[in-house]
Amino acid sequence: MLFKARLKPIAVVAVFAATLLSPIVSADSGDKILESRCVECHDLKGSGPASLAELWALKGPSLAYAGNKYKQPWLEQWLAAPTRIRPAGMFYGNHIKPGADEDVVNKDSLIKHLALSASEAKAVSAALMKHKAKSELITAGAYKPGTISLRMGELVFDKFRGCLGCHQIEPGYGGVSGPEVYTLGNRLQEDYIISFIQDPQAWSPLTFMPNRPLKDKDLQKLVHYFRALAKEKFE
Amino acid sequence: MSNSKLKMLVASLTLVAAPVVIAAESGEDLYKTYCWQCHGMLANGMGANIADMSVQPRDHTDNKEMTARSDEELFKAIKDGGQAIDKSALMPPWSGVLSDDEIQSLVRYLRELCKCGK
Repeated sequence: MLFKARLKPIAVVAVFAATLLSPIVSADSGDKILESRCVECHDLKGSGPASLAELWALKGPSLAYAGNKYKQPWLEQWLAAPTRIRPAGMFYGNHIKPGADEDVVNKDSLIKHLALSASEAKAVSAALMKHKAKSELITAGAYKPGTISLRMGELVFDKFRGCLGCHQIEPGYGGVSGPEVYTLGNRLQEDYIISFIQDPQAWSPLTFMPNRPLKDKDLQKLVHYFRALAKEKFE
Repeated sequence: MSNSKLKMLVASLTLVAAPVVIAAESGEDLYKTYCWQCHGMLANGMGANIADMSVQPRDHTDNKEMTARSDEELFKAIKDGGQAIDKSALMPPWSGVLSDDEIQSLVRYLRELCKCGK
């Protein structure tokens, strides 16, 4: 009896300590996964490619500023069940071939992203949020929440600015060299989107996204549109 | 300061001050990176992005069409976008991405593609 009574408080303390420690252990294991399984294709610390040859060799986006770029809930669910975001891969030039009419995506050459277990995805997404390179490019609160109809949003995105040329606004509709934008509203932080469109090369040196001067009101409308698009169900 | 120390200091300052030499990218490599996406791997205006475009990009192998364009016009279209020469807004301005020298390299490469050097 006496032995059991002594054990009980020890067990309670142990459980309490484990609860306190678990987030730390989790983020720590996320760092380990990043270093062991992600670093082969993703830049975790560098500043980006310094030449076109380095740009062409990229296998995945930089994660050095993942904490400024991605929304953590999206990261966690995507890492466990990845889908294709860039229809023609990281550098489209490596994954296209001449077709009967226009060039087509060479799907056999695309690399499938590995899937993590639910617990690994949670740990890695938490660890990624600590990667905050280039914070000086972000203005907190740059995006002012608002709404736009899908029809008007598409006008701003496509007719006025030609963004559809490179980005898909629904699966299979739009260009293939850039990442799709129909999940963008769930995927990326709004203040990051504003900053990136204003100066893509500052975030992603040598990127083949043009740098178009846009008025703030048009930037805001584009982000309203991405948020509206992300609510659509395309399946 | 001793002579050898002074020499070391000068040597280290020279290292720090040495300009970073970045090899210039060729017109061909610039074309592959920035132009293929719309103008195509074969430069025939049939890029991977065009399926849902309202206007087909310029065929850069079209000798007749390209001969009708001066180097200045080509430079302006690349630098300031299609609208700067009364063409489509789908051709974006590249001035925020490419230097004037790089745009000149692209113009020279376009002349090779169309075999219509001016």
